[in-house]
Amino acid sequence: MTTYIIRRLLWVIVLLFFVSFITFMIFYLFPSADPAALRAGRQPNPELVEQIRHQLGLDKPWYVQYVDYMKGVFLHFDLGYSYQNNISVKTQIFQRLPATISLALGAAVVWLVIGIAVGTISAVRRRSLFDRVSMTGALVGISAPVYWLGLLALYLFANDIGRFKIFPGSGSYVPISQDPAKWFTSLIVPWFVLAAAFAAFYARLLRSNLIDVMSEDYIRTARAKGLSERRVVLRHGIRSAITPIVTAAGLDIGILLGGAILTESVFNIPGIGRLAFDSIQNSDLPMIQGTVLFGAFFIVMANLIVDILYAFIDPRVRY
Amino acid sequence: MSGEPLVEVRDLVKHFPINRGIILQKQVGAVHAVDGVSFDVMRGESLGIVGETGCGKSTTARLLMRLLDPTSGVIRFEGKDVAKIPRRAFKPFRREIQMIFQDPYSSLNPRKTVGAIIAEPFAIHGLNKGKGERRRAVQELMDLVGLNPEHYNRYPHEFSGGQRQRIGVARALALQPKMIIADEPVSALDVSIQAQILNLLRDLQRDLGLTLILIAHDLSVVRHMCDRVAVMYLGKIVEIADSDTLYRHPRHPYTGALLSAVPVPDPELASRRRRQVLGGDVPSPTNPPPACRFHPRCPKAQDLCHQQEPLLEQKPGGSVAACHFPLSDAEAAERVATAEPV
Amino acid sequence: MSPLLEVRDLRVHFDTEDGVVKAVDGVSFTLEKGKVLGIVGESGSGKSVTMLTVMGLSRASNARIGGEALFEGRNLLEASNEELRSVRGNDISMIFQDPLSSLHPFYKVGAQLVEAIQAHQNLSRAQARERAIEFLGLVGIPDPRARFDNYPHEFSGGMRQRAMIAMALVNEPQLLIADEPTTALDVTVQAQILELIGRLKDELGMAVIMITHDLGVVAEVTDDIAVMYAGRIVEEAATDELFHAPEHPYTWGLLQSIPRLDRPRDEPLVPIPGRPPSLINLPGGCSFHPRCPYVREAHRRIEPKLAPVPDSPKHRVACLLESETRKRLWQDLNAGKEPVEARADVMEGEEVT
Repeated sequence: MTTYIIRRLLWVIVLLFFVSFITFMIFYLFPSADPAALRAGRQPNPELVEQIRHQLGLDKPWYVQYVDYMKGVFLHFDLGYSYQNNISVKTQIFQRLPATISLALGAAVVWLVIGIAVGTISAVRRRSLFDRVSMTGALVGISAPVYWLGLLALYLFANDIGRFKIFPGSGSYVPISQDPAKWFTSLIVPWFVLAAAFAAFYARLLRSNLIDVMSEDYIRTARAKGLSERRVVLRHGIRSAITPIVTAAGLDIGILLGGAILTESVFNIPGIGRLAFDSIQNSDLPMIQGTVLFGAFFIVMANLIVDILYAFIDPRVRY
Repeated sequence: MSGEPLVEVRDLVKHFPINRGIILQKQVGAVHAVDGVSFDVMRGESLGIVGETGCGKSTTARLLMRLLDPTSGVIRFEGKDVAKIPRRAFKPFRREIQMIFQDPYSSLNPRKTVGAIIAEPFAIHGLNKGKGERRRAVQELMDLVGLNPEHYNRYPHEFSGGQRQRIGVARALALQPKMIIADEPVSALDVSIQAQILNLLRDLQRDLGLTLILIAHDLSVVRHMCDRVAVMYLGKIVEIADSDTLYRHPRHPYTGALLSAVPVPDPELASRRRRQVLGGDVPSPTNPPPACRFHPRCPKAQDLCHQQEPLLEQKPGGSVAACHFPLSDAEAAERVATAEPV
Repeated sequence: MSPLLEVRDLRVHFDTEDGVVKAVDGVSFTLEKGKVLGIVGESGSGKSVTMLTVMGLSRASNARIGGEALFEGRNLLEASNEELRSVRGNDISMIFQDPLSSLHPFYKVGAQLVEAIQAHQNLSRAQARERAIEFLGLVGIPDPRARFDNYPHEFSGGMRQRAMIAMALVNEPQLLIADEPTTALDVTVQAQILELIGRLKDELGMAVIMITHDLGVVAEVTDDIAVMYAGRIVEEAATDELFHAPEHPYTWGLLQSIPRLDRPRDEPLVPIPGRPPSLINLPGGCSFHPRCPYVREAHRRIEPKLAPVPDSPKHRVACLLESETRKRLWQDLNAGKEPVEARADVMEGEEVT
């Protein structure tokens, strides 16, 4: 197990290296705009641009630039400085991180609770009214784009523009350290909006899994032992049906920790997604590199954690 | 039966390595699936290979088909070393040996018609190219195995288990192989259907002069079908003899135990016979017991059995067995329904 | 003494998209305390569904169940789900064909036994644990205290079936239903398991119903045998009698189609022609008639009733042939004649249909 984890961690490093190289090359080979020109202001004169270019190291060959960057990352955990505002990329990402974590984890709680509950009831009461209504709803939930759902929710419930002024509107995010109550109320709508599609997907996934599991031989054994149906479903059925959910949840949370670009934009939440979005618009290479690396890091780590969790869920799995 | 063997197997070994390590994997052990097996298969004969799960009988079959490469040892088919067959001569070799599998449900592609499934070997080997010609060949095969040739265009799910196994037999016969390996061909079928398939295989073998290797855990099936039987235990052959000899004068205590365990559908006989129930399970093939591999479960084991490995040798009574203290006829008669009374 | 289990005219029909599947269609039998009954049949004969229904495990929205299943005088078919739950695993236990898929892969073997104990007995965890270990030892699992904490995949096939048996017996049921308990096992392990069931039956004084397709398995352990075909019992008799004087052509077919160690090696196998019928479209008359070598025209219309054989009231058979004809046919078959020859010999002059 330990050797397995060590081996996997080594792979994480290799993979991140690879990701950074690809992002770098894409940006280098297909630059959207000259970052030095962007920095130089509205009416740049060539000398200033040249000077900035030199400052940023953009006049060096690409491989030197890349090696310099990777040196910084590996030796000093230094992700460089934003072309845009000269603030450390690392500092900015860490500033934005709490908002993204709040959004991702909160939404995960919402979609897991809803998805598992709805999926279980649907599977047990197959073809009932509840099953049909919730599965149709799930189809809608999966199909609805998150920005449309977000705008709809704001239109309905936001306390500034909404029809029913119940929840805080866009841009009302407050860090938890400042005011936990406000933090909570401001995130309720974003959580549900972000969670909707996931909840729908998880409910369908769990339902179909649980239906399969309930026809397994060991479920028949559990019933033959004289266990109550409730115990058969909860302890024997769900225990097996939940494994793919764990995988999906791990990966989904990992992806969202890298930034939920659409949701953060609609609700104007200052998270990593917004940061990435803005940096792309500004051709801000160090910032893009930083957010991409961060996102990749979360995804790879989530993968690793899921695989380790698997060994605890399923005793047959050995590394 | 002509004198020269169709297949010669010498010291066949197959170990599946077990690897560990962080970056560089190193081998820490091996599953000794087949561990030094030698036998001949004569032209036109039927050889049964029996043993418990994990004894290496299916691995041996896969090695013969060259679906696996042996760790060491030699397999000669018609005198030629199978391992040295060059790539371009490989297809003609594959035509000579065909396999029939246990599960007629999963070994047929559900999206192809029966005609297409049986014709598949033709397509692979570029035979019977004309459409009409191919169809006629397939329908002849279907007729041969007792399927209605008009059902050419049906799909596997429209057939019962027994009929599906017939489809598998037809497919195996398509290329007119010299040898057929049947791996538990009836153990997934209903009892009333098993006899149909066994009779079919036996008739085909006799009529077409096929060589048949039948792999089974059921000793009564093997006795009915095979001229000669090899008993395997933990990757080794422990006894090999022609069927009459083996079933009448079993010499290895393991053969005795296997035969003793077969339930006999005759309550009176069953109550008369003293059943010898083997204790425990087959040991792990990763770490087989030293010397005689059967000694931890053997009722006749003595000190010598865990010190020195017995060699396969001719025993009184006719069979070739690897045992220091073989069963006597009296001991065999006590436990085995088929044994010759003394 | 009233019987332990009395099943009367049991019917289990399933509504499906293709039509009504008559899985069990009028089955009756009786089992006394401490006896072993074998139910023999092929897949689709209704043998498993019969016993699952008795345990209330075939209750589904598309199942229509009729008849009676009296366990100690109480009709289980009318019992509430809660009542049935207290019977299952407590008074009647069941073990299945494939012990690997029948044990939950994620829970330790011991924990699964403890769960079975605590479902019916008011014991503390520690007490239940001791009892589980005691039963693991009873079924011959070496070092049960250590094995308690193993997962099913860490057991061998035979050990798993032993663990299943231990789990079925922890509440000392009066009836153990064993559904093909040895089919998935090697022949050596099969012998171990059959011996174990035989021993525990005597030690715990329980009755056993052994469901199997293998006549060899039931020959050694049962007192009585019922042969099922297409959802009905076609023959039932004491074990010795069934093997020595079988009366139904299907039973003959079963006996003659298996290769036997106790017969000459070159004795031909006589397969039963055709295949088991669809349970949606049962053949009219005697449902075995399309496969029966001795069929007469009338057998396609008239349904046979399970009736006693003359001189042997406990031996019952559902066949339209006269008893005398059957006896002579079996004599011919036993003498090595093919079914066609036997028919020509015994039913001479009748046109072959």
